Order: sequence, then structure tokens, then C-alpha cells
Amino acid sequence: MQYSQAFKAMLVRDLRIAFRQRAEIMLPVVFFVVVVSLFPLAISPDPKILQNIGPGVIWVSALLSVLMSLQGLFRADFHDGSMEQILLSPYPGPLLVLARIVAQWCVTGLPLIIISPLLGLLFHLETSAIKVLFISLLLGVPYLNMVGAIGVALTIGLRQAGALLSLLVLPLYVPVLIFGSNAVVSASNGLPSDGQLLWLAAMLILASTLSPFVINSALRVSCSFR
Amino acid sequence: MKRSVKGGLWLWFHKMASPAYFYDVAGRLIPWCVIITAILLLVGLIGGLVFAPADYQQGDGFRIIYVHVPSAWMSMFIYIVIAINSAIFLIWHIKLADIVARSSAVLGASFAFLALVTGSIWGKPMWGTWWIWDARLTSELLLLFLYLGYIGLRSAIDDRRVAGKAGAILALVGVANIPIIHYSVVWWNTLHQPASVSKFDDPSIHLSMLIPLLSMALAFKLFYLCIVLINSRSELLEQEKRNQWVKKLVAEL
Amino acid sequence: MSEFFAMGGYAGYVWSSYGIAAIVLFLNAFSSLRRHQSILHRLKRLESK
Repeated sequence: MQYSQAFKAMLVRDLRIAFRQRAEIMLPVVFFVVVVSLFPLAISPDPKILQNIGPGVIWVSALLSVLMSLQGLFRADFHDGSMEQILLSPYPGPLLVLARIVAQWCVTGLPLIIISPLLGLLFHLETSAIKVLFISLLLGVPYLNMVGAIGVALTIGLRQAGALLSLLVLPLYVPVLIFGSNAVVSASNGLPSDGQLLWLAAMLILASTLSPFVINSALRVSCSFR
Repeated sequence: MKRSVKGGLWLWFHKMASPAYFYDVAGRLIPWCVIITAILLLVGLIGGLVFAPADYQQGDGFRIIYVHVPSAWMSMFIYIVIAINSAIFLIWHIKLADIVARSSAVLGASFAFLALVTGSIWGKPMWGTWWIWDARLTSELLLLFLYLGYIGLRSAIDDRRVAGKAGAILALVGVANIPIIHYSVVWWNTLHQPASVSKFDDPSIHLSMLIPLLSMALAFKLFYLCIVLINSRSELLEQEKRNQWVKKLVAEL
Repeated sequence: MSEFFAMGGYAGYVWSSYGIAAIVLFLNAFSSLRRHQSILHRLKRLESK
């Protein structure tokens, strides 16, 4: 099998498994919407205030949704032994890892991005801001998926993997959160947000090129003595 | 001539990586480190608390700098040491590097914690609040999280080798992110600059104020060396307890 | 002497900072030494069995 075919095969496999449990696909999106909805209730329904806190609230909620959805990544394969089989295959580990991350993003990241304009409306954001919100999430959420996958690979099979994962990964999420949220705030105020978006793009490129290798190494380490 | 020097250096390097030799050398080094630490601490404390003149703006309150700044410097220094040792461990599989990294983590986190607490206490009389989201304190907070994550990951994994490698990967990912995190936090902070921001360090600091600071910084460094040597010896005993040299050592106790 | 302790009115802040620093450093040193001792004791007990 050629590498591109192996990549596609892995991608299709993961997507097929994910779609078998359709309920689980909806979970991150539902979580996203619910969390975002809590803030007007907790703070105030005043449109002015919502416009102020909207970008930050939506971004933080997206971040938490991605974090939550990471729990399921790699886990089933790890527990039933197929992870070792995949690692032992003759195809380059990073390539297969990249396929899995893309699958993960399709299932858990993409829905969040698609529904974000709707949430922007809930917070009375202007169209220009909603556009930037969409783009910033489009650039940022894959980064969150990839860096999160690094954390998952390091904590597979551990007792308190969930809490530990959050602790490991949150400091690494901060730059993207800062620039992503700020891009939308700038757009709301009529200021240019190109700089922030370019920064997000740069981080995404950095993560895309490096994280498959890091995740691959981390998976090999985690699976080596179990 | 060059070859024999290089050969000698390699020989020393490999000898140091030998557990028994390191245990012995470290043991003999520790008393000296303790003495030097004590002297430097004394010089720093007396210089900082007694001899340094009171700041014209902050009065005697500025003296907190003598614990705050060295703690912050050490928290960053130790993280870099952990990262370098992690790289050495991953590339050359030298176990001692992993041991040094593990032995440094708690003290590094303690220094980060100390920098935050003393920074907060300093902030109260100077800015009027217990906490302020300025770039440096926020970066320090995130550094503390990085430390806690590292410590948490290492202690959660039972297998020693896996814990070492996983921790090493995490440390390297963390250190690569530190400049990015710091830059983004500084950028974020400049957008929301509070009205009155007082600078922690004057660009032109007087010599009588500077010398105690450097002395305290060096004292903290040597304190770290003491702790790392003691902890490394403990880790070595634990790891090598089945080997002859440990059994002989224990029998002679 | 009392002027030294008063620290120009900032006594509470300065001394609590130094105090916390002293406690943190002391705890680190103490736990390191104690861990070393307990490992040695435990290994000795295992040997003598």
C-alpha cells in the first residue's frame, strides 16, 4: 500500500468507528452550546455586556469542548490492543497519527466551528466579528486538537488521565486563546485583526508539522510497557 | 595533545554517568555546597536587609526584591535545566540525566510558587491589590502550571522508564512553548495596561542594591545544587538497589 | 533595632515574604534529607533479612 492509501485507510477507519456512535459526536457540540448559554444566565442578558464578553466566552467554551472530546481519542484502541498493532505497522507512525488527528478534528472540531456563527448571534456580535470568529476558530481548533492529542498520548491508561490531561495541556493552549479571542474583540471594535489571525495560522503550521512526530513518540513511550 | 584532552573529558563524562562514582562524588560535594550557600545567604541577607539604602519610592518595602527576583530567576533556570536533561536523556539515554530532571522538579515548582506569593505580597502595598494580571506574574503562574503538570505526569506513571521518557517529552514541549506563552502574555498585557503600573526593577539599579541581589541569586543557585545532589543520590539508591555497590554501601552503614 | 524590624512600616509585608521563603526552602531541604535517610534505612532492613 502506498503512503497516501495508508493515510486514507486510517482516516476512513477512524471516521467509520466514530460514526457508529453517533450520539458521541453530538456531545462536544451540545456541551459547547450549553456552556456558552450559561454565561448570559450567570452574568447578564444586556446586549452591550454580551458583546463584550462574547468572544472570550465562546473561545473558552470551544477550548473546553475540545478538551472534553479528547478523552475518547486513542483510548479504545489502547485498551483493546489495536494501538500496538498500529504502531507496529510498516507505515510511518507520524503519517498514521496525522490521519487520526484529522479524523478527530472532523468529528469533534469541525462541528464546533460550523455552529460558532450561531453562537456569535446569541451574543449580539456584528457580522464582521462573526466572520473573524469563524476564521479564528477554524485556525485555532485544529491546533487545540493536535496539542491536546500530545497530552492524550502522554497520559493514556493513567488513573486520573482526565484531570492530568487538562493540567498538562492548558498552559499550552493559552497563546492560541489569547490571540483567537483578541482577534474577535478587535473585529468587534472595528480594528484590524489580521495580525492575530496570521499568528494563529503560524501556530497551526508549527503544530501540524511537529505534533505528529511528538505524538508518535509519546504513543510509543506510553505503549511500550503496558 | 588535543586528542588526549578530548579523550580525558569523555572519560570523565562517562565516569560521572556511572552511578556509584556519581553517588560518591556528590556525597563529598554536598557539605561544601552547604557552606557556600550559607555564606552567600548571609551576605545577601545582611546586604539586602541592612546595608542597602531604602528605595526613595517604595521605602523599605522594596526589600522583598531580594527573595522575589531570585525565586523567579531560579524557577526559569531550573525549568531550562530540566529541559536540557530531558533532551540528553531522550537522545543519549543517560539515566543520570533523567534522575537530575526528576530531582529538580519540586524545587523548581517551589520557586515558581514563591515568586508568585512574594510578588503578590509586594503588590499589595505597591499597587493596592493582592493580585494583578501583569505579564510577568501571569507568565510565572503558567510556568507553575507547567511544573505541576510535569510533576503530576511523572508521579502518575508507575513504570520508571516510561515516566522518564514521557516526562522528558512533556518538558521539551513545555520549554518550546515558553517563549510563545511569554510573548503572547506580554502582548495581551500591553493591550490592557492598568492605569498605574510600577516597575519591579529599575533599569538603573544602584550597586549597593545590586550586590545583595546577585548574592541571593547565587545563594539560591547553590541551594538548588545541594538539593539536586541529595535528591539524585536518593533516586540512584532507589534505582540501583539491586546492584552490588548499593548493597555494599548499605551493609557498611 | 526596632526600626530594623519595623521596616519603615512595611514590616508585615517584608517579613512575611522572607518568612514564607524560609519555610519553603526549609521544607524542601528537610524532605530531601528525610527521603534519603528513609531509603537508606529501608534498604538496610531489606539487606539484613
